[in-house]
Amino acid sequence: MNEGVYGFVSIDLPPLLAGTLACVTCAILGNYLVLRRMSLMGDAISHSVLPGLVIAFMLSGSRDPLPMFVGATIAGLFTVGLVELLRRYARVEPGAAMGVVFSVMFAMGVLLLERGAGRQVDLDADCVLNGVMETMIWFPPEEAGSLARWSTWVSLPRQVWTLGVVLLVVLAAVGMLFKELRIVAFDPGLATSQGFHAGLLNTLLMVLVACATVASFEAVGSILVIAMLICPAASARMLTDRLWVQVVLSVVLAAAAGITGYLLGAYAPTLLGLPAAVSASGMITVVAGVIMLLSVLFAPSHGTVARRFRRVRMSLRVAREDLLASLYRAEESGAAARAVASRPVDAIVLRRAIARGQVRLANGVPALTDRGRDVARGIVRSHRLWESYLVERGGLAPDHVHGTAMRLEHLTDSASGARFEPPQPDSPTDPHARPIPPR
Amino acid sequence: MNASRIRPDAHPASMLAGRPEHSADSPLSVHAMTVAYQRKPVLWDVDYDAPRDALVAIVGPNGAGKSTFIRACLGLVPRVSGVVEFWGRPLREVRRRIGYVPQREAVDWDFPVSALDVVCMGRYARIGWMRPVSRADRDAGAACLDRVGLRGFEHRQISQLSGGQQQRVFLARALAQESDLYFMDEPFAGVDAATERAIVDVLRELRASGRTVICVHHDLQTVPRYFDAVMLMNMRVVASGPVGTVFTPENLQRTYGGRLTLLAEASEAVARAERG
Amino acid sequence: MMAVLAAILDSFGGRAGHNTAVVLAGTMLLGVAAGVVGVFAMLRRRSLMADALSHATLPGICLAFLLATAVGSDGRSLAVLLPGAAATGVAGLLIVNWLTRATRISEDAAIGAVLSVFFGVGVVLLSVIQALPTGNQGGLKGLLFGQTATMHAADAMLLGVVAIASIIAVTLAFKQLGLVAFNDEFASAIGVPVRAIDLLLMSLVVMVTVSGLVAVGLVLVVAMLIIPAAAARLWTDRLRTMAVLAAVFGGTASCLGVLASSRLDRTPTGPSIVLAAGCIFLLGMIGAPRRGVVAGLGRQALVAARVHADHALRSLLASPQDPRPIGVVLPPGLIGRLARARLRRLGLVRVNGSMIVLTPEGEAEARLAERRRRLWERYLVTHAEVAPSHVDISADAIEHVVDPEIVARLEAELAADDARRVRGGADA
Repeated sequence: MNEGVYGFVSIDLPPLLAGTLACVTCAILGNYLVLRRMSLMGDAISHSVLPGLVIAFMLSGSRDPLPMFVGATIAGLFTVGLVELLRRYARVEPGAAMGVVFSVMFAMGVLLLERGAGRQVDLDADCVLNGVMETMIWFPPEEAGSLARWSTWVSLPRQVWTLGVVLLVVLAAVGMLFKELRIVAFDPGLATSQGFHAGLLNTLLMVLVACATVASFEAVGSILVIAMLICPAASARMLTDRLWVQVVLSVVLAAAAGITGYLLGAYAPTLLGLPAAVSASGMITVVAGVIMLLSVLFAPSHGTVARRFRRVRMSLRVAREDLLASLYRAEESGAAARAVASRPVDAIVLRRAIARGQVRLANGVPALTDRGRDVARGIVRSHRLWESYLVERGGLAPDHVHGTAMRLEHLTDSASGARFEPPQPDSPTDPHARPIPPR
Repeated sequence: MNASRIRPDAHPASMLAGRPEHSADSPLSVHAMTVAYQRKPVLWDVDYDAPRDALVAIVGPNGAGKSTFIRACLGLVPRVSGVVEFWGRPLREVRRRIGYVPQREAVDWDFPVSALDVVCMGRYARIGWMRPVSRADRDAGAACLDRVGLRGFEHRQISQLSGGQQQRVFLARALAQESDLYFMDEPFAGVDAATERAIVDVLRELRASGRTVICVHHDLQTVPRYFDAVMLMNMRVVASGPVGTVFTPENLQRTYGGRLTLLAEASEAVARAERG
Repeated sequence: MMAVLAAILDSFGGRAGHNTAVVLAGTMLLGVAAGVVGVFAMLRRRSLMADALSHATLPGICLAFLLATAVGSDGRSLAVLLPGAAATGVAGLLIVNWLTRATRISEDAAIGAVLSVFFGVGVVLLSVIQALPTGNQGGLKGLLFGQTATMHAADAMLLGVVAIASIIAVTLAFKQLGLVAFNDEFASAIGVPVRAIDLLLMSLVVMVTVSGLVAVGLVLVVAMLIIPAAAARLWTDRLRTMAVLAAVFGGTASCLGVLASSRLDRTPTGPSIVLAAGCIFLLGMIGAPRRGVVAGLGRQALVAARVHADHALRSLLASPQDPRPIGVVLPPGLIGRLARARLRRLGLVRVNGSMIVLTPEGEAEARLAERRRRLWERYLVTHAEVAPSHVDISADAIEHVVDPEIVARLEAELAADDARRVRGGADA
């Protein structure tokens, strides 16, 4: 193996794998937490598994994954149970209940660590937050082709294997219980009444979150766990309206964040001339945050930019229609068209109307083209129909309906694009005795 | 020990002397059901037998425990005491024969599922644990959407439906459950006229095929027109039975107290029902 | 006061001195302020916002440190770090607000995302600082978990000043804060500037959180806002009492935490304070009479037992002399046993092996219970509009809850009913 490649494989590959696996595992489960508005339960669990881990270590005296898992899972379930107990029987507000439980549990964990247990576990409060990604090293045999042998991969650091197994378990559980988890998240009452006990499935989800947390914890730290439980799922939520698409997208985004974040953390500082690498788990979190920010801003239909754009386009359309209608009314009454471009936005509206061939300028004064007149007639017709409707059916006074009709005349069916029209009134004119134009 | 752990339905022990003999074919019989929040009862010693093949309205003032009654029957809220039987059997034996339509506000309509997904949820009990939703189930779901007049809306995300359409999706889901007894919590709340007609049609169709539907209903005016039987409720059952004999101004007064506007409205409705 | 504190510290055998006493005083005052501010934050359902805020301070702290070091001043002085902390903390809060308002992301996810991402940025900056040749991040690490041992008297004075200012602000705006927390629409209808009051509340939260970083550390500072307030909530339903209690709890927890941390080795202050607060909360959770978990569970079991005991009496009254199997009149399990114990304690039944029978007193009580039941029933249908809010399952007599005059009238109506029934029976 060439030296550079070996360096990468031995120093970068294990943390890269561990980081990516942790990201993906947490992201899958995060979808359900985010949808059920229980994101902060993930936060609470990932803080409060700490005393579970430490106590399990103190009792078993070893760093075997199994006791650690059991301890942490018990601590996680204890947290969930305690929060529920406080909420239900002590009537503590849910946010406060979570805050009380997780901060006390975390404080207990930190104290236990600092006061001795930490020495033997070689965990300290700092690595609880940040993980030990940087210290994960792997020494596969150096000869070429060793990576093609299974036995080489078996010697990967324990954290990577643990994460791999947990990911498989999570995948299996979510794959087999996809429909059950979905119905419980959407409508727990219906789920329970159909025999899919909401409490049971909820507990299962919490057990999975606790397992994912523990497995990721050691490798990447609790902050990255919280970020990965929330950010990829929330980003995917912005991008789609299908649950399975959301789950798949969250996995892709999480993997992307894991890989990019790690590589940025490991190599970017050197490129920038800084002396050493920066925290990889911190960098992955930052990348996940950036991905979330981008999807919040630029998601095609739910993003804030798209929404703002639609709102602007809508108000431009309304302004253009108002312009056409006012030109139509001016023609109708024989009055000369006024110069309409008094505000900058009016100039834009006028230009757009000209571009659509609905208005032309005659000696600097706007006038309707034939095509524009057709559209304008539709708008004015709709306006006057609405006025009649509001007076005849709604029982409103004729001088009170203009404003409402001004809004209603712009309504169109989202599918066909056709303008809504209320039923034809009894009289051929509107309440102000103006004719209702034909269609 | 938690009082909610006690499952009164599992223990005929708490059946009391003087309990009327329930016929095994009453779709729902409730006896001595009490639900309490701390010391405040929400339902107190409720006894009720639902008629067969009927549309039943549960009527009562706000806070009378109507929704709680439905939820307690389905085991969704813990009971302090009481026995609930369906066709003479406990809930867990007949779960599949019972459908439930919660209030529309009870769920998050921004949830990433399509209308068809929601309807198919009605078949999950039939499909069973860990099996995927099959093509046949999806076809059945689409047929139910068609029955409530929502053909072509299968793949709409549910937030893109109007309030009335959402309620119809819930109704289609209930149809997909193919149950013998339905509980519906305010199916007519905040729907447009078209949806109201669609719901009434579906309810009548269900009754015609021998199903019983128990609805929490808030509009006294329409009770005589839409329902066969009524249960007047204010923490206890004030009166229950066929609309013609039970839905009277006196009983409504006993249910609602001195709320005169309501009474006027109701007696008008009663009078109209008697005329036509 | 300092002398007293120093004396307390001495009695604990700690290495007390003027400095420690000042630190203790400052931290206690901060605990008091956090308790009081926390009450309003909790009632306004903003508890976990403070969590996002406190985690979001880390990048600000690091940036301030980097900037200060770059211009050659001491990056570890609080006067430099705290403004930086407040800046990014507030930025985090604003982002949470924006995400919740302008997108489909719910508040919990927004809080979690901001909390973790900002902290992640901070962690990256920390590792950059660590890598710098001039970097000395010892002082910064202390801010993660709190370290009063390294705190100077001047820092503690700063804490004290912030705390006293917050307490004064809360006292002055107490009525408005309470009103907005209770019912913001009503508050705005009667002309209370809701936005301004909210802004005041959030600024207080920011001030307390940021200065609390020094004592408790940014990971756990949110506990100082939440736990004393939640503990006070367990004991009382009155706002004023709640604020006073939260202040006492906050002060006590800080005091105990600082003492433990200064007396014991390797005991960071933050977790000690939080654990002390947790113990105070636990006491309330177990012991509080109305909202305690134990009281809640116990009351629920007792209500159930009572309902079943009443049912049993009614069922036995059907044939008062005949013993019946226990299993028929009472459910098995704890509730049944409680109900049986209640009946026996009151001398209402005799239990013979597996059979149960009414005593004469029991028969009388059963008739009384039946009457009570009919009175309630009658009350419900004659006073339908108010009755449901009065019904009390565990009141021994309807008179305790309902106006005696009404009860007298109900009694008379019942008697008339009975008389009518008897006459009707005679006619037939």
